Amino acid sequence: MLKFGVPLALALLLGVFLFVGLQRDPSYVPSPLIGKQAPEFTLPSLHDPAYPVASKELAGKAWVLNVWGTWCGGCRQEHDTLMAIARTGAVPLIGLNWKDDGAAAQQWLSALGNPYAVVASDPEGRVAIDWGVYGAPETFLIGPDGKVLFKHIAPMTMEVWTQEFLPRIQAANASMAPTGG
Amino acid sequence: MTSLHFSRFARTVLMALLVAGAVPALAIDTERAFDDPALQARYETIGRELRCLVCQNQTIADSNATLAQDLRREVREMIAAGKTDDEIRTFMVDRYGDFVLYKPRMTPVNYLLWAAPVLLLLLGTFIGLRIIRKQAAQADTDGPEAGQS
Repeated sequence: MLKFGVPLALALLLGVFLFVGLQRDPSYVPSPLIGKQAPEFTLPSLHDPAYPVASKELAGKAWVLNVWGTWCGGCRQEHDTLMAIARTGAVPLIGLNWKDDGAAAQQWLSALGNPYAVVASDPEGRVAIDWGVYGAPETFLIGPDGKVLFKHIAPMTMEVWTQEFLPRIQAANASMAPTGG
Repeated sequence: MTSLHFSRFARTVLMALLVAGAVPALAIDTERAFDDPALQARYETIGRELRCLVCQNQTIADSNATLAQDLRREVREMIAAGKTDDEIRTFMVDRYGDFVLYKPRMTPVNYLLWAAPVLLLLLGTFIGLRIIRKQAAQADTDGPEAGQS
């Protein structure tokens, strides 16, 4: 019995590993930034290049950084979801317009609606590299203490938003809320 | 006979063409990044060690994806700024994780993976020795029995 049992158990174990491997998405690269201080940036605003968007100014409450571009099909796909999320007012949505043409990006937002509190323009993609961005759309959640809490790589959906983002936003903002008084 | 000669000739020509065509693969950049050959060599080596994350089975030296172009620009600028190869690798790993390296580093997460070949070899040797010993022992005991029957 043992003679067959051990190889069978090993084969089954291997099968489990292979099966789990099949379910995993090889294009998903986990971010090493999770739990670390978010990279700081100061970039010109998309709508008014004279007005800088500085990540430091966002400290103190949770915020979301959404990386997008008009050349990105997934960004068009998630746009309505972002609009719906923006309407809830749960958290400020900051756009990072990645390697894009400023005029095209502005036209996109005026045609489809603007879900962002402000959009930072990153035509050279340097800030995107600091954040480890490799494909739009990517959406980061940053805590009140400036730490990256979560990263979603793919178009945003309401399911991801309510399951992954909202609980973390609530927990993060609650931990920073002034006690007493 | 003639057909054999012809095929030999054809093979020789084909071989010559292939050898002539096998020029060293050029970097994807249209021009050299550095005039200094040493810096250019470092730039090309690092480029071949870093993964282009949008086109995962290519290095940033092989890919013309915009991200690969941007990452090559970062490498170029860091070399020009006097950064060491290790500093450049660390820059990439800090942002993109170990996956960005084509040559994985040894980290506590993958110690088992690195040790696996040695462990499996030891395990195989152990099992093999046991089987050989068992069979040798059986052969010893089988001998006289076979003689008796």
